[in-house]
Amino acid sequence: MELNANIPDGPIEQKWDKHRFDMKLVNPANKRKYKVIVVGSGLAGAAAAASMGELGYEVECFCYQDSPRRAHSIAAQGGINAAKNYRNDGDSVQRLFYDTVKGGDFRAREANVYRLAQVSVNIIDQCVAQGVPFAREYGGLLDNRSFGGAQVSRTFYARGQTGQQLLLGAYQALERQIGLGTVKMHTRHEMQELIVIDGKARGIVTRDMVTGEIESHLADAVCLATGGYGNAFYLATYAKGCNGTAIWRAYKKGAAFGNPCYTQIHPTCIPVTGDHQSKLTLMSESLRNDGRVWVPKKAEDCGKKPGDIKEEDRDYYLERKYPSYGNLAPRDISSRAAKQVCDEGRGVGPGGRGVYLDFKDAIARLGKAKIEEKYGNLFEMYERITDENPYATPMRIYPAVHYTMGGLWVDYNLMSTVPGLFVLGEANFSDHGANRLGASALMQGLADGYFVIPYTIGNYLAANKGAKVAADHPDVKAAEAATKERNARLLAVNGKETPTYFHRELGKILWEHCGMARNEAGLKKALQLIPELRARFWKEVRVVGTGDELNQSLELAGRVADFMELGELMCLDALERRESCGGHFREEWQTEDGEAQRDDENFAHVAAWEYTGEGKAPIRHVEALAFENVHLATRSYK
Amino acid sequence: MSHDMNLTLQVWRQKNAKAEGGFQTIKAQAISPDMSFLEMLDVVNEEIIKDGKDPIAFDHDCREGICGTCSMVINGRPHGPKERTTACQLHMRSFKDGDAIAIEPWRAKAFPVQKDLVVDRGAFDRIIAAGGFISAPTGTAQDANGLPIAKENADLAMDAAACIGCGACVAACPNASAMLFVSAKVSHLGLLPQGQPERFIRVRDMVAQMDAEEFGTCTNHGECEAACPKGISLENIARMNRDYLKGKLIERPAVAGGGGV
Ligand SMILES: Cc1cc2nc3c(=O)[nH]c(=O)nc-3n(C[C@H](O)[C@H](O)[C@H](O)COP(=O)(O)OP(=O)(O)OC[C@H]3O[C@@H](n4cnc5c(N)ncnc54)[C@H](O)[C@@H]3O)c2cc1C
Ligand code: FES
Repeated sequence: MELNANIPDGPIEQKWDKHRFDMKLVNPANKRKYKVIVVGSGLAGAAAAASMGELGYEVECFCYQDSPRRAHSIAAQGGINAAKNYRNDGDSVQRLFYDTVKGGDFRAREANVYRLAQVSVNIIDQCVAQGVPFAREYGGLLDNRSFGGAQVSRTFYARGQTGQQLLLGAYQALERQIGLGTVKMHTRHEMQELIVIDGKARGIVTRDMVTGEIESHLADAVCLATGGYGNAFYLATYAKGCNGTAIWRAYKKGAAFGNPCYTQIHPTCIPVTGDHQSKLTLMSESLRNDGRVWVPKKAEDCGKKPGDIKEEDRDYYLERKYPSYGNLAPRDISSRAAKQVCDEGRGVGPGGRGVYLDFKDAIARLGKAKIEEKYGNLFEMYERITDENPYATPMRIYPAVHYTMGGLWVDYNLMSTVPGLFVLGEANFSDHGANRLGASALMQGLADGYFVIPYTIGNYLAANKGAKVAADHPDVKAAEAATKERNARLLAVNGKETPTYFHRELGKILWEHCGMARNEAGLKKALQLIPELRARFWKEVRVVGTGDELNQSLELAGRVADFMELGELMCLDALERRESCGGHFREEWQTEDGEAQRDDENFAHVAAWEYTGEGKAPIRHVEALAFENVHLATRSYK
Repeated sequence: MSHDMNLTLQVWRQKNAKAEGGFQTIKAQAISPDMSFLEMLDVVNEEIIKDGKDPIAFDHDCREGICGTCSMVINGRPHGPKERTTACQLHMRSFKDGDAIAIEPWRAKAFPVQKDLVVDRGAFDRIIAAGGFISAPTGTAQDANGLPIAKENADLAMDAAACIGCGACVAACPNASAMLFVSAKVSHLGLLPQGQPERFIRVRDMVAQMDAEEFGTCTNHGECEAACPKGISLENIARMNRDYLKGKLIERPAVAGGGGV
């Protein structure tokens, strides 16, 4: 397997412009003759499908929900970054680029990040034109807030529902194309296999989730925009249906998997209340603009009511440890700091796994009305879940799995190692290195969908008009047969444990050994436990019903089966990356004050894993990262 | 912490769109008040699966009250007894030990049941495809601050845009009308300067599609607003009716999809 990032030559500022000029075009009249499949209708998928439909390609788009509008992107709360510099506070494309590379702990590809920063400004323009109701000031201009890891205010937002509004914008653009007939939408369809013919991605196999029918869809190129795989942990802030199936199938068909161990644990989520817990709820990072994070200085105060703990007995540990960024220290750092104080026995709430996020000072300074205007829906959500009123008593929060920086490896054109297979949004590994900054995922998803793929797909298609694939081509039939066989196998086990049971067990192993802190012994243990669990799964899982109907237990079983394989690769990657960087914290590599210690000499690279067959060890390939524009430095937020 | 509860559920079971459906009595045991309503169903389903029977099919995804996927009528109310709360955000502390709870799918001709509590809401997507957008192909936009928008209008547009498309309004309406849903989109886009060029075509096309989908007519019951988990206001319907009438007065020949590619 060869990893060629295909980064254009020339100065970083000119790479994208130059590349856009150098790329081949498809004549407008010919676009109709090319068919592109887009799997996923989140920000990345909906933006891509709509934009390619507008260009005139024949597009087919798939999602597992009953409507494209319900993709997981809908849940993003806080905001989207863009280097507009509307605040005149020193922002620029260069600074957003720099912050993102640094925020990613110098493990991202410079050229991609620079392009992301460049197109960020177009995204805001595009969304406003679509009618996205971003927050505005009285003068009618757009408002901004600050997010972690930045010292400028560059985050655009729509109340606490930024993801919803951006997705509705993209969804409406997509529906418009559906109405015009350029895009055909398949809802409640799950991609279960990639079809590769003569080494190129030529289609997918899906299961119709209502009738159970297994169908093939053929095309000239396939784009996966299927989101992240954080649900491998079972408890996470993801929507329940988020899965790794599409990318895992592509991995097994030859797409390299980049940095699977890079997962993001978000510092501000509502803590777990009991075994029944089915998911965790995020409290947006934007809350750290005004909320102050603290725990009692003394462990014996932890049982007291927060109001009874005196000011001098509180440890505002983020402000203490990182004075220049304070409560807005990046996510990986804030999460680890929370874990640390809880490990010291200073955590609050059930099980001592929580820290306070306190708005008392902000309410005193700005008034309750202002806080309500900014965060009303988040406060409401918190109260609904916990039955506690955050205006009166501080929120309790704890880190939870939130995002995966790892994903399928892609080159500068967003193409994977399988020609014709493109990967967009959270599903790829590209722009965030080892840690994603807040408000940058929405930016990346839309950048990929609106402003990158419409160009790079043309470049590929212009040179790759393959012969039409017959529906009964042996490779198509084989992919269909494999899909059917697998579903049948799941139904045939007829054991005694539910799919959810196995999902939960897998989650416990990953959280314990491949979560916020990792070490060699723990990862080796996980690499023994996961295959054992997997073996049990295939002997003991119980999937009821049949394959020819709406069967949610079959859907879940299939996803869990894939997570169990993917989880193993995460642990293997974490074991092999013998350094700490961003969200990947190896206890063996830390500075004296407990910060992540990178090893640039040996690990300034992307690890891209190649599948070699059932039961065989995957091969770890390396893409060296060159830092020509940002100097490798110790990441400090002090 | 309060104690676990035992409940009796009356759940609508229907094998598929063609099959007859009916209520089934199912016990829900040892339910913690901290569970969400859907977590309660998870617990019940785990037991059903262990018995080798078919678990209750229900739609859900975000479980945060924002995706609009969850859709069930609980004790006669879409999303259950708590105001401004989706089923996924409803917690079992709203119930007490010994309660009987009836759980049904959305009931509307335009939302056929696919299985148990799962319905097909594709009609909503088709209404949006008919005109619920601003035609702004990628790459055509001017600078975002080139178009100042009064905060008041932006806020009102956002209020309407907060609709999650769950369909509770249709389920609550005695006529199964989709007016609240349609008017929320019409208002969101019609309140913004970007939405003006297509303002009247939009209403006309969306309403035509709504009628084609066999939603009922609005007779001002107001049940939709009361059931809406996001507090979408009836004012939107009034705004839409005004635009619709005005649109009729200035009617021009139809242009499919609000005009060109
Ligand atoms: C609670 C929360 C809050 C967040 N807040 C922010 C924020 O404020 N700012 C920010 O920048 N980022 C935020 N993020 C991250 C961001 O929302 C996501 O990274 C981003 O939306 C992912 O978009 P996507 O288009 O890549 O994928 P998704 O939105 O996850 O979409 C995936 C799509 O793929 C489809 N799909 C998946 N698997 C299959 C399959 N097998 N077959 C067919 N279809 C499939 C789904 O149906 C869906 O349409 C947040 C994340 C969470 C969880
Ligand atoms: S599951 Fe998303 S709103 Fe209820």
